[in-house]
Amino acid sequence: MLTRNMKITFGALMLVILAMFMLPDFMPAVHASEAAATEATSAAAPASAAASDAAAEPVANAITFPPAPKLTEADYPTIPGVNARVMVWLVAQLHLWFGAFVVAVPMFVFIIEVIGMVTRDERYDNMAYEFIKVSITAYSLTAILGGLLSFGLILFYPDLFKYLSMIFKESMFAYALLFFAESAVLYIYYYGWHWLQGGNKKWIHLTFGLLLNAVGLQLMFLANAWTTFMMSPAAVDAAGVFNGNTWEAIHNFLWNPINIHRVVANVAYGGSVVGAYAAFKFLSAQKKEERAHYDWVGYNANFIAISALLPLPFAGYYLTAEMYAYSQQMGITLMGGVFAWIFIIQAVLIGALFLSANYYLWCGMGRSEGAYRYNPRIKYIAAVLVLAFLVWFTPHTLVLTNSELKDLGGPYHQILGVFGIMPAKNTAVNFLLTFTFLSFVFYRRANKVATVSWAAAGNAAQIALFTVGLINIVILGVYYGYFTNTVYKVAASIPQVLTTLTIIITSLVIDSFMYKGAKDVAPLHWGRMPNRSQYALFLLAVSFTWLMGLMGYVRSGIRQHWHVSNIFRDGSPDAFTPGLGYAASVVSVGTIMFMAMVIFVFWLSTISGKHVVAKGYWKEQQA
Amino acid sequence: MKNFFKTAFFSLLVIGGFWGFSNFGIPQIKPAPPPVEEKLDLGAMTMDQFIALGGKIFNGKGTCTLCHNAMGRAPMLDKVGANSEERMKDVRYKGEAKTVQEYLHESLVKPSAYVVAGFGKSGTNDTESPMPDVSGGGIGLNEAELAAVIAYLQDSSGSEVTVEIPQMDAAPAEGAAAPAEEVALKTPEEVITKHTCGMCHKILDQEGALGPDLTKIGAKRNKEYLRQAILDPEAVIAKGFSGGMMPPTYGEQMKAKELEMLVNYLAGLK
Repeated sequence: MLTRNMKITFGALMLVILAMFMLPDFMPAVHASEAAATEATSAAAPASAAASDAAAEPVANAITFPPAPKLTEADYPTIPGVNARVMVWLVAQLHLWFGAFVVAVPMFVFIIEVIGMVTRDERYDNMAYEFIKVSITAYSLTAILGGLLSFGLILFYPDLFKYLSMIFKESMFAYALLFFAESAVLYIYYYGWHWLQGGNKKWIHLTFGLLLNAVGLQLMFLANAWTTFMMSPAAVDAAGVFNGNTWEAIHNFLWNPINIHRVVANVAYGGSVVGAYAAFKFLSAQKKEERAHYDWVGYNANFIAISALLPLPFAGYYLTAEMYAYSQQMGITLMGGVFAWIFIIQAVLIGALFLSANYYLWCGMGRSEGAYRYNPRIKYIAAVLVLAFLVWFTPHTLVLTNSELKDLGGPYHQILGVFGIMPAKNTAVNFLLTFTFLSFVFYRRANKVATVSWAAAGNAAQIALFTVGLINIVILGVYYGYFTNTVYKVAASIPQVLTTLTIIITSLVIDSFMYKGAKDVAPLHWGRMPNRSQYALFLLAVSFTWLMGLMGYVRSGIRQHWHVSNIFRDGSPDAFTPGLGYAASVVSVGTIMFMAMVIFVFWLSTISGKHVVAKGYWKEQQA
Repeated sequence: MKNFFKTAFFSLLVIGGFWGFSNFGIPQIKPAPPPVEEKLDLGAMTMDQFIALGGKIFNGKGTCTLCHNAMGRAPMLDKVGANSEERMKDVRYKGEAKTVQEYLHESLVKPSAYVVAGFGKSGTNDTESPMPDVSGGGIGLNEAELAAVIAYLQDSSGSEVTVEIPQMDAAPAEGAAAPAEEVALKTPEEVITKHTCGMCHKILDQEGALGPDLTKIGAKRNKEYLRQAILDPEAVIAKGFSGGMMPPTYGEQMKAKELEMLVNYLAGLK
């Protein structure tokens, strides 16, 4: 029996690995040679020569692709009273929010399930099940919105859809197949949860979890390829003639940077949404045990969100650097052009994210009697977080009238101007991350007393680590940012990041050894949380949703008046780039719609557990 | 249900805060509308108008000021006329220009011919420029627009304006003798020599290294590919080489017979 189960597990694992690598094989390569006889070249080449070549070489009979169409307003169908762009924008964004959630949840559900299996603590298993239960309803909504998005594109942007399908037809077909696979695996994973329990069955269940993640990620990567192709087209010539193969088009310049960024962001986002779920259930809980359970769930969700939030700025920085590397024009439009002010809004949103996540942690210290030791230090962490946020929030250039310019003595403020450039902001972000981690360290230690003999030395080492690390971050930021060549300004950000990561990883390692077998100060009081702390979880989810919407606008907006950057021009009446206020309004409406749907999903999960006995309603059955 | 409304209200409040800040807390910058193709009536233009047109393109469609500004992203062009003379003499110069006008044209369509120290792509040691070819891609200036920009650059940097206003649609003068019809070349070697393919490629007895080695190209590429590579060199860039190097004008320069002869010859190199 054991051998048989092991074989099944091994087989399923192999299937996962195969699925990860089979993607390119799904797409038969349309070789450059096949596409060479484009319309442009065939016009120049003599027909007779082409014909004789065709006879001599079967490859010359291959498919020829048309260039990107040149569209006018008349080529875009309209429906009176419907703004095509806003409609497609909202549906795409809603699809992306739900999609990000349903791709992310199985990732941490899988990890939580593994933790439950390793520790044999059933609470983890129940929590993982609860999370996947929420994502099931969200999965249906994702599919419905995906369908709506396709309809929207076909209806309002038929030529764009046709052009993209011409290039990505194989991957679109693969996407449809993978979607079936995703549904099948998700349903087995969810409905088989209680069936596949214990012993080797648990391993089989976990394998399905892994498979679910593999398929989910492949779906996202494929959709990312279509999106990034529109930003950094590959395998096409200047006229948009497809002359490569599908894999080249998928593996375009910005594909992997977006993949990495979205995987990390999705986990943080998914964590924040399930955190809001836990908060909702906590606030609705009638019983003490229920409140304790959802407090614990909320803590774990917040932990997931913070864990992914810490590396997220680095993933974003990498993506932006790659945009610059792909096209300096695109990079400058993004950071120094019309979108530059968006990063001030982004600073506010990320500030809200970090402050709410930290606030929740500080409130969580109230669960423990031992936390009082750390309470006096919280105000210093709060002060650093706010200062770091303010530096990040400081704009570089200001939009000024002539008289304002004269009063200020130039385009930059004499004192605040120095905080406007990237070295200051990089330093601020690294401080934000390090002090958020410090909050977590305090929280983790709150109810424990280390019993190892070297506890004092360990503490001293950690203090030294934080001190030296922070000094290093400041030196890298100030010296290389202001007193050396411009080239080092950006380059110094890498050792800054590495310093932050070193602090976090080394401190975690020391802490894990130091608090092994540590003594509890008192029993933890799960559920002893003020209601306002739960609103911090809501703030996290709402801010994240709004932030994703805003950054989605920027990512799409930097193409400006192009459907596909520089090769396929947007000829619609909506080809203009909307201003920030307009975009903020669309994003706000989208966030309201999303939050309404999400709260509805939470509410559904509340009523699904209720069972009313309708006395006298049903006919009595004879035994 | 009470909690449903409370959380919904709180969410609305947060969203409203973000919306309000974005609309009223930061300056509202209206992005420029998409550029519109203008019909240029060059025949009726004076040189001053032509220079003004160049300035308009420089600040607008050409998107030059995105980088060539006081922020230090790209070199300032206020002395580009005088600098051009020095740069053509610099050992790092890889172009073929002989005059300031040619140099400026080259800088616009082959920006890597000379990269000002400190402004190259990172990691290229100032051998590759981050600037795109402004005659292609999203900017797409035509020859008349390029000439206008050059005139503007010469004028604004205090140099003599040597550009002539192009007469793009002008028909040949009546009575002018038609140019003598050139006789097609007879061998592929003659075609290769005439078009100096060996300057960049390893072919015949020449050892050019700027483009791919063509001595065994037929083993890897078929005729269709080779034909396209000659007619539209930017369509597919060989691995390890950068675009923008090979002239895209061979389609106009070669006769069909010469092109086919060259393609057949290259396809036979195995």
